[in-house]
Amino acid sequence: MRVPPKYTQVLAVTLLGGATLLTLVVLVFIIVFVLTKGLPTVSASFLFTVPRDMGRAGGILPTLIGTVLLPLLALVIALPLGVGTAVYLTEYTRATRVTRMLSFGADCLAGIPSIIFGLFGFIFFVVMLHMGWCLLAGGLTLAIMILPTIIRTSEEAIRAVPNAYREVSFSLGATRWETVLKVVLPNALPGIVTGIMLGIARCIGETAAVIFTAGSSLRMPTSVFDSVRTMSVHFYILAREGISNENAYGTAAVLIISVLAVNLVAYGLMHRFISRRTR
Amino acid sequence: MLVAFSALASLLLIAVFILKEGVPFLFKYGPLNFLLGSIWDPQAGQFGIYPMIVASLWVTLGAMAIGAPLGIAGAIFLNEFVPRSVLRVVKPAIELLAGIPSVVYGFLGVMVLAPFIRAHLGGPGLSVLAASVILGIMVLPTVISISTDAIGAVPNSYREGALALGATRWQSVHMVTVKAARSGIIASIILAMGRALGETMAVIMVVGNAVKVPHSALDSARTLTANIALEMGYATGLHREALFATGVVLFVVIMILNALATSAIKAGSRRS
Amino acid sequence: MLQRWMGWMGLAFLAGALALSGCGKQRAAFTMAGSTAFQPFAEKLADQYMAVHPDVAITVQGGGSAVGVQAALSGAAQIGMADLVTLPPEAAALKNVVVARDGIAIVVSPKNPVTQLTLDQVRRIFNGEIRTWKALGGEDTPVRVVSREAGSGTRSSFEQIVGNLKLTSEAIIQDSNGTIRETVANDANSIGYLSHGLLNDRIKAVQVDGYLCTEESIMAGHYRLVRPIYLLTRGEPAPTSKAFLDYILSEEGQSMIHSNGLIRAK
Repeated sequence: MRVPPKYTQVLAVTLLGGATLLTLVVLVFIIVFVLTKGLPTVSASFLFTVPRDMGRAGGILPTLIGTVLLPLLALVIALPLGVGTAVYLTEYTRATRVTRMLSFGADCLAGIPSIIFGLFGFIFFVVMLHMGWCLLAGGLTLAIMILPTIIRTSEEAIRAVPNAYREVSFSLGATRWETVLKVVLPNALPGIVTGIMLGIARCIGETAAVIFTAGSSLRMPTSVFDSVRTMSVHFYILAREGISNENAYGTAAVLIISVLAVNLVAYGLMHRFISRRTR
Repeated sequence: MLVAFSALASLLLIAVFILKEGVPFLFKYGPLNFLLGSIWDPQAGQFGIYPMIVASLWVTLGAMAIGAPLGIAGAIFLNEFVPRSVLRVVKPAIELLAGIPSVVYGFLGVMVLAPFIRAHLGGPGLSVLAASVILGIMVLPTVISISTDAIGAVPNSYREGALALGATRWQSVHMVTVKAARSGIIASIILAMGRALGETMAVIMVVGNAVKVPHSALDSARTLTANIALEMGYATGLHREALFATGVVLFVVIMILNALATSAIKAGSRRS
Repeated sequence: MLQRWMGWMGLAFLAGALALSGCGKQRAAFTMAGSTAFQPFAEKLADQYMAVHPDVAITVQGGGSAVGVQAALSGAAQIGMADLVTLPPEAAALKNVVVARDGIAIVVSPKNPVTQLTLDQVRRIFNGEIRTWKALGGEDTPVRVVSREAGSGTRSSFEQIVGNLKLTSEAIIQDSNGTIRETVANDANSIGYLSHGLLNDRIKAVQVDGYLCTEESIMAGHYRLVRPIYLLTRGEPAPTSKAFLDYILSEEGQSMIHSNGLIRAK
């Protein structure tokens, strides 16, 4: 006996809705769990004092600084390289087989596990180039890690800029470079910023590659050759070694809020630029 | 432009470096011995990664068994059976969740999931099952996000056509829309697989890292990525080369997955 | 307008980067890496030392004794920390100094009724022959072995002293003394080993051949799972490193080590 479609629809919607609800519940549960356990520990003193007794007491200020500096360094290196490459691939060359292969290569490298970047960074920067565990080694490794993402998103953003804009600029006598700088890039900015935000979010959450390249020192970094600990690494060490569950959760709470903040800023910026352009 | 070339040069550097360190090992040791050898004992000169390959496979497939159905179901539901405004709020929210660091997931796995498995299902708790569940949850945002995009990209005319022919909402969804978005959905699964395969920290925390071929989901095992992470700090000589060779294996597998995903997306766009 | 904004951002980046790379070079700095058993002590000693010598910057990393040896050899760290019974052949090129001695305790969960084992039982547990706690006087539940990774000094020393020990492939592997402690504390059926200096009330140490892992039984020679903690340098240590090494070997350093659970070097 064939079940009338009306009933299979109800069944299907219930199942799908149930699955969606389950997904949302689990994901929300994780955030709520960490925040409820962690927020009580978070206070101004937690954020702005240095840890004592290897993290058992005190705050997380050096890790906060590390979490800001490391992605910053990675961006300083990766952004010019990435946007420049994207500009080159889109504006200065035609879509040949070579450029398509390069895009595919960049895509592949974007999917490579971070531990392999960590392995490369450790052997190449820390050991072979004798940098030791430091900000620079970490920054370079993370830069290579986010480079494909920045190239890819910048490329798409630049391609999305209508050709009409370029043509108008040329007809007004601008050179190719002037066009890129004053017309194409500003209009591609939302996409580029998305790439930056994705890169930052990835750097903040990265642990394996960071431990092996930037180390895990709890001291305040004073130069790029200092080892530094990010919040992810700090959380990992505190939690795994049983040093202090409260501080671990507190660090996790700060981590989650930072990532959320970065993403919100990204969305906000994107909407602002999009609405400005379409005005 | 110099800038572009130096960027590509640095990407090439890492690829070449890994291959240069890893490939000679494959010739020295023999790729079959490496891939199919079931003893990993660096001190005795044994570098068989078969147990790790099996573990990675199980963990990844397990993660997809959890993440793919839930993710696709979620994507379908959010796109087709819910007002647009809800989707506009929920989708960015889910993408936000993708940004939670993996160590947080791993820690929750250790504190909540592993004891649960140990108490109710037996085994050490730190197991393939724990890793699969954690990874499944971690890839949910990826699957939902990309599948939602794919389903959203299906032209409304398809849906309207089906409805005009008398189909119910659900029938138009599963007979027309999902089929049309199939390539995007498949791409999302493949990309999520790549992510699950490459995850390290969360896995190290919950999978137990025993060096043996897992015989059940409750067994402890060690994935390829966990193997690299656990030993890279002190490995030298042949041992280090073996780890790079493991990296090469991962590299190759993920490249294949990426190529599949790209061709799936292309096939989809070609059809429409 | 946008250009100006981007220009300022670029300048800010550059300024930040330059500032970071410029200052801080006047401090004498060195890195210690290796043994996770000695790591908490190295960190405490470094903190104490830096409180008195603010011009010195000491960074401590973990990773295990093998990392300590490799880091000292490669120069990634100026001082390598290794807790090994015998140093590996590649360490022959390094200068070493013993700064402490440490017992290895066999630990189980406090919920576990077993309180003593013979060395032979320890061997048979860790190589997988004994699989249930019933054989040891406990309940009929499976024994879950927890061990360190292959590069760990604690593990190498443990396997060497117990002798004839090939770790079972069922063993769960964790990457530091602290994580072993947490794993054993969370699983009532598990058994592991870790540095005496890291014992706390979350786990219980069992007697081996009738003796607990205490300083008295170690000094008297009754408890045999002991190893020295070496600090390794490539060639003669640099003046700043040497000063710190002297500090560790001084009365102040040694009494701090002693009061926190390790055994003095001499």
